[in-house]
Amino acid sequence: MPLPPSLAAALLPTRAPLPAKALPFRQRLAALARPAAPLRRGAITFGLEELDGWLGGGLLRGALHEVFAAGQADVAAATGFAALLALRAAQSLRATQQRRILWVRQDFLDGPTGRLHPPGLAALGLNPALVVLVRAADVQGVLRAAGEAARCGGLGAVLVEPWGEAPQIDHTAGRRLSLAAAESGVPVLMLRVAATPTASVAASRWLVAALPSRPLPAALPSRPPAADAPGPPAFAARLLRHRGGAAGATWDLEWDHDQHCFRAHDGAPLPRAVVSVPAGRAAGLGEGGSWRRVG
Amino acid sequence: MLVERARGGRRLFAVDRRAAALGAAAGQSLAEVQARISPLAVLAADPGADAGFLAWLAGLCERFTPLVALAPPDGLMLDITGCGHLFAGEAGLLAALRVRLGRLGLSVCDSIAGTPDAARALARFGPTERALARFGSAEDVMVLPVAALEAEAAVTRALLRAGLRTIGDLAGRPAGALAARFGTGPALRLARILGREDIRIVPHRLPDACMVERHLVEPLVQAQAVEAVLAELIAALSVLLARRGAGGRGFEASLFRSDGEVRRVLVETGRASRDAGAILRLFALRIAALNEPIDAGFGIELVRLAAVHVEALAAVQPELDGGSGEAEEVGALIDRLVARLGRDRVLRFAARDSHVPERAARVVSAQLPSALAAREWIAPPGPPARPLRLFDPPEPIETLAEVPDGTPLRFRWRRALHEVARAEGPERIAPEWWRAGGAATRDYYRLEDSEGRRFWVFRDGLHGEGDAAPGWFLHGLFA
Repeated sequence: MPLPPSLAAALLPTRAPLPAKALPFRQRLAALARPAAPLRRGAITFGLEELDGWLGGGLLRGALHEVFAAGQADVAAATGFAALLALRAAQSLRATQQRRILWVRQDFLDGPTGRLHPPGLAALGLNPALVVLVRAADVQGVLRAAGEAARCGGLGAVLVEPWGEAPQIDHTAGRRLSLAAAESGVPVLMLRVAATPTASVAASRWLVAALPSRPLPAALPSRPPAADAPGPPAFAARLLRHRGGAAGATWDLEWDHDQHCFRAHDGAPLPRAVVSVPAGRAAGLGEGGSWRRVG
Repeated sequence: MLVERARGGRRLFAVDRRAAALGAAAGQSLAEVQARISPLAVLAADPGADAGFLAWLAGLCERFTPLVALAPPDGLMLDITGCGHLFAGEAGLLAALRVRLGRLGLSVCDSIAGTPDAARALARFGPTERALARFGSAEDVMVLPVAALEAEAAVTRALLRAGLRTIGDLAGRPAGALAARFGTGPALRLARILGREDIRIVPHRLPDACMVERHLVEPLVQAQAVEAVLAELIAALSVLLARRGAGGRGFEASLFRSDGEVRRVLVETGRASRDAGAILRLFALRIAALNEPIDAGFGIELVRLAAVHVEALAAVQPELDGGSGEAEEVGALIDRLVARLGRDRVLRFAARDSHVPERAARVVSAQLPSALAAREWIAPPGPPARPLRLFDPPEPIETLAEVPDGTPLRFRWRRALHEVARAEGPERIAPEWWRAGGAATRDYYRLEDSEGRRFWVFRDGLHGEGDAAPGWFLHGLFA
């Protein structure tokens, strides 16, 4: 695989110095420059200034990022977090048409963690029509398909979802994906369920757990004591590793469906008026004016 | 000697030459023949296997012409119009066919004639030894017996009784009289045998819209050589398609082995294509992913490449920066993944008009044009009303809930207890009554446990409807 000159320079900084006369001055200068700088075109942002500032402007685009589920029951939270990151990555590009997201899944996942449900993706704001679903029989197949996809610069993001503690996902596999991502500029998001975070070459590593959502006044008549309905998706995202930055912080995040961005989660209940009013009907029509459409 | 079970006993179905010389014939009772001839080798007849062998033979004969029709139970019909010159004339073609089938140990009755019916009549009822040069001449059919009409036994008998023994006897008589006496079937057959009327055969496999092939003087054994030939053919096909302003959506390579085996490899693309490099890459991926690798055996004699579905494809201009569009890149990626993993593994979501969660979406091949899945995805504002992950089938849970229609207070799923902190519901989803199966009405609840996990659970049925209390199920997980 031919490497772009800047990347090759980054990988082989001083080990094999080329004769000084052999390279033009500009290339020698590039070899001395810090590697990440030229690749940092359009970072993936969360839309939350505080977090983006902490990350130094956002996550590196052409790189491998890992999202781990904190526990068995946090699978959906981790899936949502990864899918929303992919959505932010695909949307932030100035493209003539929206870029597609390739989601590689291992077949076995359907049983223990459930299928991917497209109406649920649509409810998060990710148009299922943009998702290409690739099913692979085993981890090896997942990695091969992901490697093929990561080289395709036309994608918005590649989501890779293998099952369990797979020994095949080692440094070599991670490095391969990282290099492919760096070359094409397509982010590769590795979603790991039923696996414990270990050292890897990923540019960032997240541990995601579900977080109690902000209660929402119920639109449907549920009985006490649970008078409040679950609110928008909320995540407790712990940054385990960030290449070239500080790590270890935990962020309480909430997904803003209208703005398509993350926002800080402070636990305060949502005001009743947050409910959108159907088009063509004036707000505040009395008692019946604020029904929320469900289903 | 083959036997079949018919009319209250085992009867001979087919006999070989040696048995025939001893007086055995199809239709005789096995017991009677066994009494006369011994020892006898008897096998059960298997018409299904015969049909399979005939289809395999049809594949073998495709190296002579793309139009091969089955003539059950034991015949093949080849339309060799315009194919003779490849084999130094029609006689040469027939000789090559005889050699090919003779090598398989088959004894062949064959003929060439102007119409399919005449050829069939000559092959089945004509004299066994004929000079090749005289094929297709009108005198040949004239001397055939009237049995060549292959009409019912009663018709044949009646014709013989009337003194009409050969096709020639019938040819001179008005067709109307024959039709009036025996129906239109024999009359039509006669006209076709005599060449007064012609029909086309219905080929076993549809002829391809666009095709190139390479006959190899020396059979190829090495895989690299086969790939090189394939590359040449792809380039030739690409030129052919470009000249027509067309592109193929599927390409099929047929490798004809010298022992008669035919191996076919199909690759499909999401959009019409005639890019030789891309097609060759797809073939390389497909061949690498084959379950059983291509075995050249004693060599491959003929390589044929066909565009299976051909569509109009205008010439495209690459963008000014030298790259093609993102959509093209992704389309090419999907084609590569399909070639590697198979069509049912690279998918796209399509919405369906159904409230039943399991039926709300389906997956279709990502190569299908998106117009086939044009239905919009509708998501109401506010927190997600549908889960991100869906269990199919739903998983049973133990629930503590108020009877008859209360919200669950706590539930146990996969041995873990979840205390419900927040809940919304019920959202009642009735089964689709127009479908068979009689599912129960479901009351869905969105629940959040004390640790913040969000679940979608439902009560399967209503209290008081059946004898047992309705069960609870967990159907999905929200982000």
